[in-house]
Amino acid sequence: MADAKNQFDLIVVGSGPGGYATAIRGAQLGMKTAIVERDKLGGICLNWGCIPTKALLRTSEVFHLMENAEAFGLGKVKPVAHIEKIVERSRGVSKQMENGIGFLMKKHKITVIQGTAKLQAGKPAPKVVVTGGAGEGTYTAKHVIMATGARARAIPQAGLVPDGDRIWSYREALVPNEVPKKLLVIGSGAIGIEFASFYNTLGSETTVIEALDRILPVEDAEISGFVDKQLSKQGMNLIKSAQVQNLTKGKNNVTAEVKLKDGKVEKITADVVIVAVGIVGNFEDTGLAEVGAKIDRTHVTVDGFGRTGVPGLYAIGDLTGPPWLAHKATHEGIVCVEKIAGQNPHEFKTDNIAGCTYCHPQVASVGLTEAAAKEKGHKVKVGRFPFIGNGKAVALGEPEGIIKTVFDEKTGELLGAHMAGAEVTELIQGFVIARQGELTEAEIMETIFPHPTLSEMMHESTLDAYDRAIHI
Amino acid sequence: MPINITMPALSPTMEEGTLAKWLVKPGDAVGPGDVIAEIETDKATMEVEAVDEGRIAKIFVDEGSEGVKVNSVIAVLAEEGEDLDAIEAPAAAPAPTKVEAKVEAEAPAAANTPAAPAATPVTQTPSAPAAAASNGSRVFASPLAKRIAAEKGLDLSTIQGTGPRGRIVKADVINAKPGASKATASAASPDGLIMPQVLDDRVYAPDSYELKPLDGMSKTVARRLTESFMQIPHFPLNVDIKLDKLLSARKAINEAAPEGVKISVNDFLIKASAMALMAEPDCNASYTDNGFAYHNSAHISVAVAIDGGLITPVIRDAQTKGLAQISAEMKDLAKRARERKLAPQEYMGGTFSISNLGMFGIKSFASIINPPEGMIMSVGAGEKRPVVGSDGQLTAANIMTVTLTCDHRVIGGAEGAKWLQAFKKYVEAPESMLL
Repeated sequence: MADAKNQFDLIVVGSGPGGYATAIRGAQLGMKTAIVERDKLGGICLNWGCIPTKALLRTSEVFHLMENAEAFGLGKVKPVAHIEKIVERSRGVSKQMENGIGFLMKKHKITVIQGTAKLQAGKPAPKVVVTGGAGEGTYTAKHVIMATGARARAIPQAGLVPDGDRIWSYREALVPNEVPKKLLVIGSGAIGIEFASFYNTLGSETTVIEALDRILPVEDAEISGFVDKQLSKQGMNLIKSAQVQNLTKGKNNVTAEVKLKDGKVEKITADVVIVAVGIVGNFEDTGLAEVGAKIDRTHVTVDGFGRTGVPGLYAIGDLTGPPWLAHKATHEGIVCVEKIAGQNPHEFKTDNIAGCTYCHPQVASVGLTEAAAKEKGHKVKVGRFPFIGNGKAVALGEPEGIIKTVFDEKTGELLGAHMAGAEVTELIQGFVIARQGELTEAEIMETIFPHPTLSEMMHESTLDAYDRAIHI
Repeated sequence: MPINITMPALSPTMEEGTLAKWLVKPGDAVGPGDVIAEIETDKATMEVEAVDEGRIAKIFVDEGSEGVKVNSVIAVLAEEGEDLDAIEAPAAAPAPTKVEAKVEAEAPAAANTPAAPAATPVTQTPSAPAAAASNGSRVFASPLAKRIAAEKGLDLSTIQGTGPRGRIVKADVINAKPGASKATASAASPDGLIMPQVLDDRVYAPDSYELKPLDGMSKTVARRLTESFMQIPHFPLNVDIKLDKLLSARKAINEAAPEGVKISVNDFLIKASAMALMAEPDCNASYTDNGFAYHNSAHISVAVAIDGGLITPVIRDAQTKGLAQISAEMKDLAKRARERKLAPQEYMGGTFSISNLGMFGIKSFASIINPPEGMIMSVGAGEKRPVVGSDGQLTAANIMTVTLTCDHRVIGGAEGAKWLQAFKKYVEAPESMLL
């Protein structure tokens, strides 16, 4: 136990974007740091989430462009999807990024411990017992940060349990053997809609079931409506206010009993069902509850600096609750470790975290929706600008889209920004910076946006909120 | 078509104001000239008249709303035959010529003083930028924090920032209590110019005094007087003046005057000041960064103490006016000043000020200059005092002491003294004012 090689200042459990970034920051701050990973470095984000899905969606984007080659003055082509090659590329991208994390760990002299960690009571922080990997052993540290992430939610009562065969979670959906002819996606959050968009573009006859009355229900209602129209145009069947009551597996297919809005039950048969009905925290078998951390449903309760209330024990990322986003985990982890190191970081807050969905058209947003702003008692000024009014968007052949901004009438605070259209996921950071810096409409209006860019629409949307838009 | 009623500008520099009171409600019929609302600026309350005939369809700005921007739509008027309920929003295409509400109070003297307010552009000092602390050092605050602070009337220099590098952010302003002091506030500011203007809770318990919020006028008075006293090199000159001839002239005039006319000593002093300014034009001056401004006419500001503040209505071109006219104007201005009903052009644009505390028995005092004016005269009580005559004999005479405070940047000691001589001559020989 007195083995110095098993003693650290900081142990981070989980090497997703929360864990590995936290470990690097800890090392930068002079802590002797170790990171425990049971699978591959980079966690879900790099291996089974953000990155490989973006690789797949890039394929579907190229596919879409090829299909429309004639519109750009090119010869007509009929693209063919070689699914094994598409998956191979996606896995290759993940592998490359994973290697990158390995390099970063070395660079920062962070000890990578392979295996599954479980906490045991200890002082000054719980002990970390690792089993099932090359790193088996007991490790101690002054501070332990849990970043074990989350996984897809299953609803056994309705048969919504991925089986790896015809009922998929995101994990199976990332490595298909074939493009299903008929696909049923349950859940229209970011994950459900991204897979629906990918497979629909590659030719799957795609149906999406959403329990609430609109798709992408966390987005502004106008954006939900806009994306609904666009996806429907692409042939997607979007059924809202509907619930899957059960799934029955046939020989070569799955049949879902769907209770519709009007109470009728419809049977939908598909080759494959993707279950994307939410996320649960990976808290089981971690020892978190046993050492005294408070678990609320599946998430660990923490304060604004990741502290669990158990001395020396912290938690960050998907494990602590929504929004379940890589960039949320990273920032939360950095705040946590800087506080541990005696620095003076600002408490972690969730009110300025942008969300991005990479369907076609893309969706990106930050802050309050118009409805939420009004509900909070704000008198609002709302600006809108359509892609059709922007030269760059039209030149790209992407005239479908909208940028909506919501300002507080009294203070000019940018309460929220909501976008759908080409490349909006790359644009949203501008509004995130504006919000972080607490700029008002006046500073955004005075900013000179470069021409010709899609970003000009952010300017125009702001101007429109004050009836000053130039191009509409 | 519905007609927009917009927030009027009460002065050329006004950007926003407070909609103090609506005198109409939706559905009311109004005609041109009807007073529909009252608007408050930092110094005055003004009435807004309807220009067109119609019925009030909708009111967009609540009573008591502060910071209503000039030209923003405050209400919509429906013309005859239009459905009131159908009008929800301001009319789409505002026609500026039709929509501006007319402000009632034109200066009574405006008819014979063409464009007087606009001709004295140096009158208003631009308000200090929000980012400047009261001691002149830079305050780091987000644009949103600055705007919310301005709206709440908070001084950013009293707020402790919690953003990156101590920057003041929205949350700090939202959480700040008016009058609260940051931890360092009790210490003198490093550059030692001005102490932060808050009471330290450790020295003055919050329940040991009553805190009355600052209104627009108090803030303006505080700011202008501080600026004046800090920036202008003041120097006082004083002189005793015999009042006996003036008092007997006043008696004679008032006896001969028609019913209702009663000239006060102060009216004489206004007239005499104006005459002296004409006699010594170097003294009818303002210091400006662009040069010395010598005013062509004598516009005499008269300090009037009113409930909760001080205001200086202006008798324009006082050198051209007879005592009866000065007296009548002064009565009207003072009355409306007390009701806070003066239009900005009625209290702006003076070239010289008079402050009179004689009625309180004050013997002499020195006032703070009312910038950009170059001089202010403080008038003490007229009283019987022993006087040694040129023959060495002791007699009694009515004497008052006046103190002239000058802006040394534009008025020299000799100029000020010569002006006092001229003034004294007019007061001691009032008939010379008739020449």
